[in-house]
Amino acid sequence: MPKKPMSFTLNDAETGVFVEEGQNLLEALRRGAGDLSPKFGCGQGTCGACTVLIDGAPHLSCLTLAEAAASRRVETTGGLAAGPELHPLQTAFMEGFAAQCGFCTGGMLMVAKALLAENPRPTREEVIEAISGNLCRCTGYGPIVDAILTAAARMQGRAA
Amino acid sequence: MTRYAGRGFAAINYPIGMNLGGDPAQALVHSTPDGKFMVTLSAIDLGQGMKSVTRQIAAEALGVPMEDVYVDTADSDTGPHDMGSFASRGTHRVGNAVIRASSEARAQMMEAAAEELEVNATDLDTDGQGNIHVKGAPQRKITVAETAIAAQFKQGRTLSGRGIFLIEPSGVDPDTGEMSPVTTYAHAALIVDLTVDDETGEVTVDKINSAYEVGRALNPKLVEQQLIGGAWMGVSHALYETTEPYYPDRAHGPEDFNTYLMPGPGEIVPHDIAVLERPAADAPYGGKGPGEMCANPVLPAVANAVYNAVGVRVDKLPITPEKILRGLQAQGGAKPGPRRPGTQ
Repeated sequence: MPKKPMSFTLNDAETGVFVEEGQNLLEALRRGAGDLSPKFGCGQGTCGACTVLIDGAPHLSCLTLAEAAASRRVETTGGLAAGPELHPLQTAFMEGFAAQCGFCTGGMLMVAKALLAENPRPTREEVIEAISGNLCRCTGYGPIVDAILTAAARMQGRAA
Repeated sequence: MTRYAGRGFAAINYPIGMNLGGDPAQALVHSTPDGKFMVTLSAIDLGQGMKSVTRQIAAEALGVPMEDVYVDTADSDTGPHDMGSFASRGTHRVGNAVIRASSEARAQMMEAAAEELEVNATDLDTDGQGNIHVKGAPQRKITVAETAIAAQFKQGRTLSGRGIFLIEPSGVDPDTGEMSPVTTYAHAALIVDLTVDDETGEVTVDKINSAYEVGRALNPKLVEQQLIGGAWMGVSHALYETTEPYYPDRAHGPEDFNTYLMPGPGEIVPHDIAVLERPAADAPYGGKGPGEMCANPVLPAVANAVYNAVGVRVDKLPITPEKILRGLQAQGGAKPGPRRPGTQ
């Protein structure tokens, strides 16, 4: 099948990949750009493990055509840390044991990042609503909700 | 409509690992030339913390900092044999194998250091900070890294160890079926408080209180998180999840995550856990691990609590609203069981 070149911004870096017609963004990121942080979970948009941000908004990359991201700003968990400096969400997840097997973690972090960008002081209910499209089978969700609230507080310089 | 509160209790004695064939686990440990140690296993970390706990165990047995230990559990083609991550066996079986492998590597490390310091290996000790020193004379020391370099490039010696842990195989008595399945058990007791809606049949789990005896909690935060997540799975199994709701009829069977019912972040159940540490004699540093029993007692406790709430005894999982409503219909409405004094 013929492949077409496509360029976009991946975690602030200009990136070019070749995409096949109909290829989804998740494949373009994992195989084309070599960013393995978004995960293939269900492949039908019901688990959230593939969530990435496009122009700041969460999208299920397994259901998004790669070409839809052309010339746009794509963010993945792979770009969350600034060098050795972890993002406050990553630190809070780590300290709060909000990951066990880690397969859902990338998607959780991306929806959390989008939530906090839009709503820096979310209530517990708002955090629950934000992650309700992301499945986790290990943690029972509690530590994830706590970690997002902790990160939100720290990013604002508040006590959790 | 009335909402009935119920409380259910369950307690378990849980076998750690299995016996048939002795349930062996192997570990290999070797040093890199710069004094780090690699632990090679085929036991799999699927989120329960196998890597973290075996790393702690190896660091302790080697006498080196945890940062200097790496655990590779990736590949059963290249790693030593292990029966697998199941039967709540990981910490106990694999941990014991890691202690043995690490002890053998430590003995070689001490021999190599002794040769460099020109003393007897028995006179040496580690400080856990990356140094090996003469007992009683901490200034006479050599770093683990220097020892590894000397062993590699000067002495021509490996700092490595092999470990296997096998419990005494126990045959089955052909007459009675009697056998000793395991060498040690973990224990738990768990109380579930829930409410049952007699109009919709829906169950809301309000609170879990539990006490777990897991030997020594080698990594207390991992133990706690495994127990919290496991209890969530138990609630899910008890009340929601099934692939065959009308077995053997496939009708209404879920086909994907859209139709497979699980509790979400909106159904988080508050859970208070007491971890009782009773180090087990034949366990690595006394740790047995929570394993499967983090989920198991939740199921009978939920079933008992539903019975206590409305008098309906459901003996097929999951305990769906439909089963509760059919039970209520058959017995002519809710028949609440005894209340604890002070509860409604």
